[in-house]
Amino acid sequence: MSGHSHDHDHQHDHDHSTLSEMDVRVRALETLLTQKGYIDPAAIDRIIETYETEIGPHNGAQVVAKAWAEPDFKAWLLQDATAAIASLGFTGRQGEHMVAVENTAEQHNMVVCTLCSCYPWTVLGLPPVWYKSAAYRSRTVLEPRKVLADFGVALPQSTRIRVWDSTAEVRYLVLPKRPTGTENLSQTELAALVTRDAMIGTALL
Amino acid sequence: MNGVHDMGGQQGFGPVLLEEAEPLFHADWESRAMAMTVAMGASGQWNIDLSRSARESLPPAVYLSSTYYEIWIRGLEKLLLERSMVTQAELDAGQLITPPVKVNKVLTRDTVDAALKAGSPTERPIAQAALFKVGQKVRALNMHPQGHTRLPRYVRGHVGTIVSLHGGHVLPDQHTLRALPPFNVAVEWLYTVVFDSTTLWGANSDPTVEVTVDAWESYLEAAA
Repeated sequence: MSGHSHDHDHQHDHDHSTLSEMDVRVRALETLLTQKGYIDPAAIDRIIETYETEIGPHNGAQVVAKAWAEPDFKAWLLQDATAAIASLGFTGRQGEHMVAVENTAEQHNMVVCTLCSCYPWTVLGLPPVWYKSAAYRSRTVLEPRKVLADFGVALPQSTRIRVWDSTAEVRYLVLPKRPTGTENLSQTELAALVTRDAMIGTALL
Repeated sequence: MNGVHDMGGQQGFGPVLLEEAEPLFHADWESRAMAMTVAMGASGQWNIDLSRSARESLPPAVYLSSTYYEIWIRGLEKLLLERSMVTQAELDAGQLITPPVKVNKVLTRDTVDAALKAGSPTERPIAQAALFKVGQKVRALNMHPQGHTRLPRYVRGHVGTIVSLHGGHVLPDQHTLRALPPFNVAVEWLYTVVFDSTTLWGANSDPTVEVTVDAWESYLEAAA
């Protein structure tokens, strides 16, 4: 994460020759939209700050750790993920309608959006570049085991794979298998084991 | 529309490239692009389906050769131009030339958190009973609408099984029919439908793989 906050007031102090075409284009747009009164640059700063510091995979990791530690919560999560996740305070944009899918020895789950980049922002934050890439979007529904190989993941043939293509406003969170030998860990310690990719289904723990 | 954005099953894009310790943004402009798109979405001048439609109807070569946030910016500019909220001359100049149009809402620093926390749920009450039930076989329609749809090409014409019902949701295909508020809202049952890989991709595909899509009721018909 970058803690750097772009200072839009100083744009004219920069050497424009060092700016990329997109940098110039986006600065021009922000200046224009601000002059029009359509946006408030302080709101833009706050949105960036929120996704840089507050909303990210650490949220999802808390959900997973709680589900591993508390059978009642896990049952609730699998039955009504929107409500169970909201009970931890994670609600809102790109997480309005949540479904949690559980990895087992029999079934591995993977999430993709073949049409755009739908992703559960409330629990995972903003998607990584690979998730939005043409390679991931095109291949995951066709050859998920080969895609997993790109991540260094090999599953036994006895494990079926279900790929969830997020084509509506339902957002999917993979509940990874709990690693063995973690019986005595606290929820905080468990959460530290949970990776973003494991909650997308492209990594194992 | 059968656009290049509908990527499921396309071939030739190569391996999935992973980046060690990937930063959240790769340039400052990406963060501004993301946040401006979110903030302008809150203006109420379009809806999520109109913004998706704006991106996926970019010229195919532009779509494929743009990075993700470039697509967002091109989509945002298009939405603003279509509504005369800005002019091309203003975009080129980066300066206001004509007065603004009235917008429903402008996010401020103090209203951002509540707006993000609330999101934009698409579930709506629905009076009519669902046509399909869990376990039922359904066929995804072989349809090729000119406008926006969320039924990917790779499932069209194929038979799958209903996995779950999600209540009534706003139908994207109709939500894009009016460019300005009040938007055209039609509510239909939304289902998750699972397809066998061999149904979608043929006998040589991996029989241990299944793929689900979320499909509105009018995307489906009962299959014997």
